Amino acid sequence: MLARRASDLAYSVVIGLLAGLGLLVLVGPVVIVLLTSFTLGRSIKFPPSGLSLQWYRLLFDRVSSSQIHRAALNSVEVALVAMAAATVLATLASVALARRSGRWVRALDTFFMSPMILPMLAFGLAALMYFTFLGFRPSLPLIMIGHTVVVAPFVLRTTSASMSQLDPALLESSASLGAGWLYTFRRVTLPVIAPGIAAGAFLAFVASLDNVPVSLFLAGPRSDMLPIRMWGMMESMLDVRVAAVSGVLIATVLVLMLVMERVVGLTRRLRD
Amino acid sequence: MTRAAEWQLALPLALAYAAFFLVPLGLLIAVSAFGDERITTLDGAQWRKFLGDPFTWKVIVDTVKLGCFTVAATALIGYPLALVYLGAGPRWQRVILFVVILPLLTSVVVRTFAWIVILGREGVINQAVLWLGLAPAPLRLLQTEQGLVIALTQIEMPIMLLPLLSVMSRMDPNLRDASAGLGASKWRTLFRVTLPLSLPGLVAGCMLVFASATTAFISQFVIGGNRLVYLPLIIWQQSLVVYNWPLASVAALTLLVSVGLGVAAIAAVGRRGRAYAV
Repeated sequence: MLARRASDLAYSVVIGLLAGLGLLVLVGPVVIVLLTSFTLGRSIKFPPSGLSLQWYRLLFDRVSSSQIHRAALNSVEVALVAMAAATVLATLASVALARRSGRWVRALDTFFMSPMILPMLAFGLAALMYFTFLGFRPSLPLIMIGHTVVVAPFVLRTTSASMSQLDPALLESSASLGAGWLYTFRRVTLPVIAPGIAAGAFLAFVASLDNVPVSLFLAGPRSDMLPIRMWGMMESMLDVRVAAVSGVLIATVLVLMLVMERVVGLTRRLRD
Repeated sequence: MTRAAEWQLALPLALAYAAFFLVPLGLLIAVSAFGDERITTLDGAQWRKFLGDPFTWKVIVDTVKLGCFTVAATALIGYPLALVYLGAGPRWQRVILFVVILPLLTSVVVRTFAWIVILGREGVINQAVLWLGLAPAPLRLLQTEQGLVIALTQIEMPIMLLPLLSVMSRMDPNLRDASAGLGASKWRTLFRVTLPLSLPGLVAGCMLVFASATTAFISQFVIGGNRLVYLPLIIWQQSLVVYNWPLASVAALTLLVSVGLGVAAIAAVGRRGRAYAV
């Protein structure tokens, strides 16, 4: 009995320690970046040598940080377009594939989800060569197309999950009462799957904003993207503005995440 | 539109994927077959040169090893966290879920940057080591494989945990209670009940982490430096620095095949594990 109690105690200690380490590893870096961004010093150091807003002031300076602002605007613009395109295309596709089975449907579904697991770097290179052979030079519209392809699976996943919760009897009764397809879609299907679409659209937006491997190949000198610019700033270690940009990004994501949690129950949707 | 005609709604996405995903990947294969940088001679010379070089094989092995280490580390730390999630009340479950998803949505570049602050010469770890007197001089953590694995463990942790938490939240709590009620120790319940039941989530997490860690170019480059060479670095150098597109394509396809084989291997291990558990 004593051995048994010792073994159960060892279980709790080992699992508890590892899980605590997991939590620390997940949260620690985010906190450290936030604190570093408020440093008074001139170098990236933790703990910061005094607190100030100097790097945020420099970051929001219109003249000395104009390149960062340009890159941030480009990134937001691309993310909005890619999100919109991916949401429309993937929502239609998930309506088409819902509640169907068979080899072709499964194959199509795997095909649509494949950008999730395929090395994105390989796709980025392929897209660069493809567009070059077609006679295009790297530019924002090309990045939008590339991002649409790699973020569509996010919308497809959350929307398909919502579609599977839609009761087919509702659709049948709507049709038997004489409603047309479009009317049924607008009044029955869409209200049920809207939270799934919204969650997917949000994930697509964040994924596009964050994307490096596709932008790396399709961004030209006049279409600088924020993550690529941040990479450049990190290579020249002295630029503490990276910490300030990170602070802004973390705060933005945190606010958006809390809003989406309220509106569509984001975290639950991501888990299921 | 009838129910039968609804499948046509998949056409726009299918056409977009065909034009901007499938054709470019086909082109990648085609370009890799050319022997020269100007893409004129079709002789497969780049494949022979690339695969005939012992350095290439070292890079492939290192890339796969990096993926395996990261999978092992994320599973070792992530799985206990998922266990705690399983046993926690609804409030703590929400907190854990939030803590997992926040870094997931935080830019990979930001998370990579965080690890420069932590692993650097004057970083958090080195200050702690010096303060505790564990080493006489700052340890070199950046530009080492260990440092990179530590950083990737955090960077990839959320995508290991999401499928795990998903499986855990669907698990029937009665089974664990029954196991305990029948006198099984906590360890026995873990290995005979919980682990087999959550295996699909663990396998899915391992596959995602492997695919992501082997291709995480920015993290590999910024934390690993250019002394540690992985396949993504070769793809980047050959395509955007040297402009040898055939060789870059060969490297990209090699990465694609390596990741594919790794993911397939993880799936196979998962299937054997399930057969053993039942």
